[in-house]
Amino acid sequence: MSAFFATIGLPEVLAGVIVLALNAYVLMGGADYGGGVWDLLASGPRRDAQRELIATSIAPIWEANHVWLIVVVVMTFTAFPSVYATLATVLHIPLTLLLVGIVLRGSAFVIRSYGKHSTAARRRWGLAFAIASIVSPVLLGMTIGALASGGVAAASARTANGSFVSVYVESWLNVFTVSVGLFALALFAFLAAVYLAVAAQEASLRDDFRRRALAAAVVVFVLAAIALLSARSEAPQIAHGVMGTSWAIVLHLCTAVAAIVALVALWRRQFRTARVAAAAQVSLILWGWAFAQYPFVVPPTLTIDGAAAPRITLDLLSIGLVIGAAILLPSLRYLFRIFARPASLP
Amino acid sequence: MSDLLAARTQMAVSLGFHIIFAEIGIAMPLLMVLAEWRWRRTGDAEYLTLAKRWAKGSAILFAVGAVSGTVLSFELGLLWPKFMQFAGPIIGLPFSLEGFAFFTEAIFLGVYLYGWDRISARAHLVAGVIVAASGAASAVFVVMVNAWMNTPTGVTLVGGVVTQIDPIAGMLNPSTLQQVVHMLIASYAATGLCVAGLHAFMLLKKSSYQFHRRALAIALTLGAPAAILQPLSGDLSARTVAQWQPVKLAALEGQFETERGAPLRIGGWPDVAAHRTRFALEIPYGLSLAAFHDPNAVVKGLDAFDRDLWPPLLPVHVGFQLMVALGTVMALVSLWAAVVALRKRSPSDSRWLLRALAIVTPFGFIATEAGWTVTEVGRQPWVVQGILRTADAVTPMPGLIVPMTLFTLLYLALGAIVIVLISAMVRETA
Ligand code: HDD
Ligand code: HEM
Ligand code: HEM
Repeated sequence: MSAFFATIGLPEVLAGVIVLALNAYVLMGGADYGGGVWDLLASGPRRDAQRELIATSIAPIWEANHVWLIVVVVMTFTAFPSVYATLATVLHIPLTLLLVGIVLRGSAFVIRSYGKHSTAARRRWGLAFAIASIVSPVLLGMTIGALASGGVAAASARTANGSFVSVYVESWLNVFTVSVGLFALALFAFLAAVYLAVAAQEASLRDDFRRRALAAAVVVFVLAAIALLSARSEAPQIAHGVMGTSWAIVLHLCTAVAAIVALVALWRRQFRTARVAAAAQVSLILWGWAFAQYPFVVPPTLTIDGAAAPRITLDLLSIGLVIGAAILLPSLRYLFRIFARPASLP
Repeated sequence: MSDLLAARTQMAVSLGFHIIFAEIGIAMPLLMVLAEWRWRRTGDAEYLTLAKRWAKGSAILFAVGAVSGTVLSFELGLLWPKFMQFAGPIIGLPFSLEGFAFFTEAIFLGVYLYGWDRISARAHLVAGVIVAASGAASAVFVVMVNAWMNTPTGVTLVGGVVTQIDPIAGMLNPSTLQQVVHMLIASYAATGLCVAGLHAFMLLKKSSYQFHRRALAIALTLGAPAAILQPLSGDLSARTVAQWQPVKLAALEGQFETERGAPLRIGGWPDVAAHRTRFALEIPYGLSLAAFHDPNAVVKGLDAFDRDLWPPLLPVHVGFQLMVALGTVMALVSLWAAVVALRKRSPSDSRWLLRALAIVTPFGFIATEAGWTVTEVGRQPWVVQGILRTADAVTPMPGLIVPMTLFTLLYLALGAIVIVLISAMVRETA
């Protein structure tokens, strides 16, 4: 443990902040994607009410939520420029598709709620919103899978003379990455269902999302198992990192506890507890991945220290972060507080 | 189409698309705040309606601005990984600060657009002011980056290898102030006059409508002074270019030979083969005077530089002429409106002025596209002037024509949909 802390310097702290920002994106932006899943799967007598709840919960906050992704990108190219360059080169195709998904999703969402549409037009835009909401998280998960499995590093080493497929496709399109992609999608849908159950005002609507959250939890469990199994053959390093080391066991136990608490709380209709537990579960999974590949950013070639920008950049970035956080965190709190309570003028 | 050309085209399409929404995102919140403030001052409910209509109408533009900006932050790496690897540590700081500005903007935009009945009127106005300020701040930071690409400072190179960097010096490079000022004024002028033009058009159809009269007055309050100031700010930009990027100046003026007492060329067509600019109206000593404030100053021509350092002349020269022409018309129409207002008449009562304003509606945005063409194409073959060539920065990924086509089609479709929706919204108020 103390050996671990001895390795912590400014680059490690900044890498941690990047994971923290990614964590925030997953908890907030991820849930917005999950909302799209439930929009697509809306069914039963309260179908329209479900869609309405999803739309009103997302509308005021989705723009702010997705800035977390921009923070991740910007911090990565500032503090770890070679990592950004490597990822952007090798993962060109999935990242481009992810961008198309982000554009379609954001614009379809506002277009649907804009002006007067016929019901058919509304449904078409709703469909575009929902499909883009499903495709984007899968791609996001696939890129993380490609990075974690060491595929990115391998492909990068081949850029000079490898075939197109071996450099630009192989790393992100395989059983492991697809299972990580689907796992990410299931996690986002799970989070969204739990949040929506908290947000719903009527009991029947709340129950709709409770059932959805429970179903999603089962799917999350199954996909986690599949991802881990395929990791053993396709990403042995991460499989070892996630399962083999002693701190990993601790992290896993915590994740399992969070997952069980979330399930039990959902079952007993303690929605606020379920929300905290679900968020903890998802965060712990993310940090589990981050620690599994520590000290590598692009395993097994680029380490945090090896890829870090010059010291002066890191120093200035840290100062910027502190100032930014001082403005940002109270503002975010304000935003969520305002929209957490029902509308009515004081 | 070569991969390099495809990458350049994709970058140009993405930025050319984003910049429209960015300008609106900078200026529109200010217009809404002005309307809301007038409502609080006068108690006239029409102003509140106006602020709400503007907010509702712009919601879609803000969203498209946000998603197209997200695309850009990835595209910098997807298309130019070597540029980002080199420049990231230097320009990452302004980009990170911009990230925080976006955050503040997005948060308070959510509060502003959806919080009408959730917070007090005063808090709502403050939220609007924060949106307007953080939009301007994000423009400041991102244009700093672009200014650094034009006049890079804060990098010490020894034998082509970076030995030392100074991000603060990079932010405060010689073009930053001029470009930032020019960009901010451009946003207010383009958006202000565009909104004014739309409402002028409505007033021409139905002059008695109080709503449009108020809207026109507010839009002119912002747009007209900005449009009048813009040529002055442009002059500062041109003089900075003359000092730091002489090839770009020669290209935008169509100046082939190094000359003492160079003339200012208006219009014309650069003929590369003949090494001269044809059909231009030449004002003797004009260029020396404009660029160096001295009629006998020597202006370096393109001939003073290696042929492979020339940027593509046609888009740069024509783009510059177009920007200046449109800027001149915008300034004149704005002066006219100012004269009308100073004579204590409402601009809404002068049908000729309304017609002129209606014609000028899109000018600011066209001038913006032209101006960016001058800046970006005029920097070629460099992505970072004098340090890194565009050809050396591009990704090794082949087949770039595919994503280029994909994004072009996506943006064409999105642009068309936005135009249809906005015009439907504008027609509703007629
Ligand atoms: C409303 C839009 C608008 C208007 C009316 C003008 N401009 Fe402009 N111009 C821009 C919008 C713009 C811009 C798009 O915002 C640019 C691109 C980069 C920049 O900093 O501003 C620009 C760039 C730009 C540059 C290149 C700066 C560089 O490469 O560093 C020069 C020399 C001028 N402008 C000069 C002028 C002059 C002399 C104008 C006289 C009327 C003028 N502009 C009107
Ligand atoms: C302020 C932020 C901006 C940054 C950081 C930026 C960055 C870049 C980069 C990295 C390239 C590719 C390399 C090159 O061709 O030099 C480029 C090209 C280009 N950009 Fe910009 N740009 C900015 C603003 C804009 C805007 C607002 C426009 C609007 C139209 C624009 C128009 C273009 C064009 C036309 C090209 C292609 C130039 C050519 O290859 O001939 N840029 N920009
Ligand atoms: C390479 C260049 C650029 C990059 C990487 C970039 C990136 C971005 C990003 C990520 C966003 C979304 C923020 C959000 O989610 O709210 C955005 C929005 C915005 N950008 Fe850009 N941008 C670039 C060029 C420019 C330029 C040249 C300007 C203007 C002068 C500008 C001004 C803005 C503004 C004002 C917004 C807010 C838009 C709105 O809310 O409507 N950007 N940009």
